[in-house]
Amino acid sequence: MSLVLRAAVAERHVELDLEVGHGETLALVGPNGAGKSTALSLISGDLRPSSGSVSLDGRILADEGTWVPPHDRRVTTLSQDPVLFPHLSALGNVVFPLRAQGVPRGDARRRALEHLDALGLAGLAARRPAQLSGGQAQRVAIARALAADPRLLLLDEPMAALDVDVAPALREQLRGFLAGRTAIVVTHDVLDALSLAERVVVLEQGRQVDAGPTTEVLARPRSAFAARLAGLNLVAGRWDGHRIELEGGGRLSAKSPLVPGTAVLAAFRPAAVRLAEQGLPRTVHSLTPHGDLVRVRTEDLAADLSPQDAAARHLAPGTVVHLAVAPEDVKTYLA
Amino acid sequence: MRTLPRWILLPAGLGALLVVLPLAAMALRVEWSDFWALITSESSLAALRLSLQTSLTSAAACVLLGVPMALLLARTDGRGMSLVRSLVLIPLVLPPVVGGIALLYTFGRQGLLGRHLEVLGVQIAFSTTAVVLAQTFVALPFLVLSLEGALRTAGTRYERAAASLGARPSRVLTHVTLPLVLPALLSGTVLSFARALGEFGATITFAGSLQGTTRTLPLEIYLQRESDPEAAVALSFVLMLVAVAVIALAHRRRSA
Amino acid sequence: MKTLLRSAAAAAAIALTAAACGSGGPAEDPAAAPVTLHVFAAASLQEPFEELGEQFESEHEGVTVEFSFAGSSTLVEQIQQGAPADVFASADTKNMDKLTDAGLDAADPVDFTTNTLRIAVPAGNPAGVTDLASLTGDLNLVVCAPEVPCGAATGTVEEAAGLEFAPVSEEQSVTDVLNKVTSGEADAGLVYVTDVEKAGDAVEGIDFPEAQEAVNTYPITTVDGAANPELGQEFVDLVTGEEGQEVLAGYGFGGA
Repeated sequence: MSLVLRAAVAERHVELDLEVGHGETLALVGPNGAGKSTALSLISGDLRPSSGSVSLDGRILADEGTWVPPHDRRVTTLSQDPVLFPHLSALGNVVFPLRAQGVPRGDARRRALEHLDALGLAGLAARRPAQLSGGQAQRVAIARALAADPRLLLLDEPMAALDVDVAPALREQLRGFLAGRTAIVVTHDVLDALSLAERVVVLEQGRQVDAGPTTEVLARPRSAFAARLAGLNLVAGRWDGHRIELEGGGRLSAKSPLVPGTAVLAAFRPAAVRLAEQGLPRTVHSLTPHGDLVRVRTEDLAADLSPQDAAARHLAPGTVVHLAVAPEDVKTYLA
Repeated sequence: MRTLPRWILLPAGLGALLVVLPLAAMALRVEWSDFWALITSESSLAALRLSLQTSLTSAAACVLLGVPMALLLARTDGRGMSLVRSLVLIPLVLPPVVGGIALLYTFGRQGLLGRHLEVLGVQIAFSTTAVVLAQTFVALPFLVLSLEGALRTAGTRYERAAASLGARPSRVLTHVTLPLVLPALLSGTVLSFARALGEFGATITFAGSLQGTTRTLPLEIYLQRESDPEAAVALSFVLMLVAVAVIALAHRRRSA
Repeated sequence: MKTLLRSAAAAAAIALTAAACGSGGPAEDPAAAPVTLHVFAAASLQEPFEELGEQFESEHEGVTVEFSFAGSSTLVEQIQQGAPADVFASADTKNMDKLTDAGLDAADPVDFTTNTLRIAVPAGNPAGVTDLASLTGDLNLVVCAPEVPCGAATGTVEEAAGLEFAPVSEEQSVTDVLNKVTSGEADAGLVYVTDVEKAGDAVEGIDFPEAQEAVNTYPITTVDGAANPELGQEFVDLVTGEEGQEVLAGYGFGGA
């Protein structure tokens, strides 16, 4: 393992157990306040653990008796705000970490230019941060972070502040750079998680609630947050061989090879949900456009209906509906 | 301008007159035919030279001592810090003559430290060092205050970013923190220089008055009033020109 | 904007004129009781004059004597600028001459007392000063600057004794010299006899014969255009009379 984080921060009620392998990119997801920022702060050295330890490549960064200051950790953070030094040019910003490592001036300049060039920024080397667009500034920040040659790269919502038309290209570039690097990416965006990370850890209320290969966690979510990230409905219950007895009451037909009597989770897409005469009774909470469909949200489930369907049934917040899903559209797995 | 009520022009105009009119009145009193002779007399030149020399030294001392103080005040939180800040700013509101008395009881021959320095053969009172001490004492808060404000405004995010890129604290200070607050550092230095140049009360109380050693321009002006008011006016005018130049410099730096 | 500025300037001018008239008001109405007699006197005269002022008030029903004590040159300047003085007592003839040259004396000035220099040393006389010649040794000597009367007197005795002093400071006023001695910063200072008397136990006085070469004469006169010329003259008479001389002698002043 490259990073091993087993630490708690008592006053924030956070207790974490994370590992990141060499060359692996881990996505850290979860609702606000779940402990993602605390995890990053523990690793970068902005926060001391109240117990436990943080180690990177076998070196203890923090525990009860040890404290390695941030500049000495070889951990670099890239956040949604590029934080380019305003008094330095784009080139000067990328030269900065190289000079900090003691690289001679000429050498640092040459290598910084290479980094800028790799991100298609060679023409902007002389510009001040104020003269760069948001996407350009973020790419300079990436070049600068890469120039620091960290053992671990922390990406804190790196695309969150970018225009939707800039993000895909940058995500693709970032994907290239992350290949073979050890990194943690904190994100709210399923695309970030899918394209950048091999593995995902879901945090809720300061604890890890789900973990595994990204595609698997997203296909078989075990937490409400992961299900929402994947755009799936998630229910829990007991499998009786034909139907799932849901925890909150009601039954859901499904097809599953699982042994009857086991506790299961079931996931299904909102588009697979239809309105029926008999089904799970729910109250409509909201109606919002979703592509060319209408997303109907209830207490716990979402359904994507055609506008004609929604209009014909006079759906409005407060309307009681009955939701049904075809058995073949329900994916079941062990809880 | 359009959003302001017109009546504020009256108090604003009166305020401006209060500042400008006395300066203009003084300028009108300058004997231009003798002006050059008056300001180039031996005693005037000695005072001018001493003033520039001591004020520059004091400004340098303010930077040397004030920058670390401002950094600590801006970057450390703690219950004690607000107390420290108040103490540091005391010379700002203290009458300079009180500062002079305090310095006397510290560095004078019978003073807290002066007593021991005297034994070592070091005498500070009546020396140019005393002038610099007095000037630094009154000018230091100007630098600390303007720099601390700028440091707080700049925040710590650039410093944290620099540390995350592997820069040691000293490198962060010299390559990130100080360049970011350079305009405030320059205007703070200029202000403390100006304050040192105008220092009178603490100097006359603590350092004494001897041509070429401790008699700075303000002391020379005050003394010349006794015997040669025209020379006093001419020198006052010179000091005013220096003040105008200093303010113009500080202002341009700030707006740049 | 231009019209706004013009109206503001006009308003300011009116306000300033109004303020000027306001301050002039009471002075034009001298008949109003009680009467206040304004006496401008050299700072060294403070104690005896305050005593005489009380005496004067007790002898004149409804009369209040108000003193302004400052350096003689400052007082002359204030009178020239129109300060309401009835009586002016100077510490030297030079500043009285300034007043008479400006035609501001109502009667011929009368010399009413004298003061001579004396060596002041801190209690215990740490530097072992014995006479004027011993002031040229290796010690911290503080004197008045030549520009002020006590400094001029110092120059005279220096010359008469054929000595050359190397003071560590040339102070603005005799009080500043005395302060340096009482605080122990200076080993010796040249001040007036009256100052040594005033300082009590903090200093010791050493007389020297050359002091007679620089006897400082104090003239007094009523001021032209004063509000209370008769009362003013009565005060002058009190000072120059037997009673006044007695009080002055009690504070170390010499006969005229």
